[in-house]
Amino acid sequence: MSAISDLAAYLTDPWASEFMLRSLLALVMVSVVCAVMGSFVVVKGMAFIGDALAHASFGGVAAAFVLGGNIYLGAAVAAILTSLGIVFVSRRSGLRFDTAIGVLFVGAFALGILIVSRQEGYIVDLFSFVFGNVLGVGQSDLVLIAVVGATVLVLVAVFYKELLFTAYDPAMAAAAGLPVAAMQYGLLALIALTIVISLKAVGIVLVVAMLVTPAATAQLLVQRLHLIMAVGAGIGILSSVVGLYLSYRADVAASAAVVLTATVIFLMTFLLSPRRGILGLRRPSILTKAEEGYGGPR
Amino acid sequence: MARVDAGQQDTEDGGLRPAIEVSDLWAGYNGQAALEGVTLAIEEGCLAGLVGPNGSGKSTLLRVILGLHRPWRGEVRLFGQKVDRARRLLGYMPQVELVDWAFPVSVFDVVMMGRYGRLGLLRSPIRRDREAVWRCLEQVGMTDLARRQIGELSAGQQRRVLFARTMAQEPRILLLDEPFTGLDATAQHDLLNLFNDVRAAGKTLLVATHDLSCVATAFDHAACLNRKIIAFGEPRTIFTEQVLNATFQTHLLLVNVEGKTYVSYQ
Repeated sequence: MSAISDLAAYLTDPWASEFMLRSLLALVMVSVVCAVMGSFVVVKGMAFIGDALAHASFGGVAAAFVLGGNIYLGAAVAAILTSLGIVFVSRRSGLRFDTAIGVLFVGAFALGILIVSRQEGYIVDLFSFVFGNVLGVGQSDLVLIAVVGATVLVLVAVFYKELLFTAYDPAMAAAAGLPVAAMQYGLLALIALTIVISLKAVGIVLVVAMLVTPAATAQLLVQRLHLIMAVGAGIGILSSVVGLYLSYRADVAASAAVVLTATVIFLMTFLLSPRRGILGLRRPSILTKAEEGYGGPR
Repeated sequence: MARVDAGQQDTEDGGLRPAIEVSDLWAGYNGQAALEGVTLAIEEGCLAGLVGPNGSGKSTLLRVILGLHRPWRGEVRLFGQKVDRARRLLGYMPQVELVDWAFPVSVFDVVMMGRYGRLGLLRSPIRRDREAVWRCLEQVGMTDLARRQIGELSAGQQRRVLFARTMAQEPRILLLDEPFTGLDATAQHDLLNLFNDVRAAGKTLLVATHDLSCVATAFDHAACLNRKIIAFGEPRTIFTEQVLNATFQTHLLLVNVEGKTYVSYQ
């Protein structure tokens, strides 16, 4: 009896403190929004731009830090300006999209380093945005994550049909009269906002993992975009709870523990997934009557 | 079926305007002309082929008709209306290479996208839309596979899904870009049957293709395009060695064996 209650206490102890609960709440909200936007990132092969926007936001974080402005606002402005710049440069110059990304995001990141290098003394606060400091998340951070995160989710729900169609087949969407350019810019802006609210909780360096890993894991399991979002969100929440708990017990950085938990879940799914896992059984391809004689499966 | 010649635009006989009317169209990319003064009129209820080699402007012409590419000069009218007002009349089937088959959507989802243009912003599909999707899936014989992810289909099935999506737009005019590419003879035949059904229902089809034999045997009209319209009319009449050589230039080999001309497209 006492062994059971000991175990229960061992599992629940970490959650007794208010700052742990605050951290968990922040991570859970961030991982849900990241999984939803990350589904677009994964299916459209946008991981590089996700990483780029996170790094570019550092320029804004540093500028806001030095000028004493709002750090989130600085990050958002830098990320959104960089994403607009990437689309603009690649369209006008004829350079490849990933080339434009490579040029602009490193530029914005370098600007951040330049600004910080002029600062003397105490810049630890700044590094909480680079590597994440979820235990330092305060009440105002939580409110911001909740409000911006909810806004992102509501916009995705309202424009889901348009975002799906534009992501899947932009030419056909344009022919059907949908505002394709607005949707593509809008998608980048929503990804930028998602990164901004993740900065404090997971940090610039690791945020791309929160965008990509849960959604990628989900894509191994389910085959429709909205299901990838839902399953990805579940995996993100699970990673947050387990990772934060492990970081408390092992006294390691929370953001790294959460990301590594998600990575382990991905690898396990990759190995065991019934659909595409390398150890799972592949579904045998059985041709039905209706399928015969149409060129064979591809 | 009345013969329609390139350039003929008169409606003096009091008849209806042609389904597709292209007049003196110039268009291109980065200063490089892809279409040079294209004039074309296609009657309602016609299955018309648009043939020409790669880079002859077939896709550009379709994109201009769809309103996806702004021409330098000239205009397109659909039943006498400008394109931006008549977008609802059009259904479009893109080249299969341009479709992302790994995308996580089901067959049903893809066909439903054909309804999105009609629905407009912020409106969700209603029962009528779902019924229309099922009807289109039934028409192409794909109801059993409606829940499949699109990448799990065979080439012929993928083509039929794209055609079902085009039909879900409830178009009067269908523009199809290289629908036969990569299909075996059976799948090609099935697709052609679908085209004939749709034409029998009074719709107009303009099909960009370089499958000359298919156009020659099954289409009402053909337009030979190589930046300019080289010839327009019944395939039987216009598919002469002279016209085809002018259209395909070095891309085409005409072989004369025992009084019959065999065409090989490179």
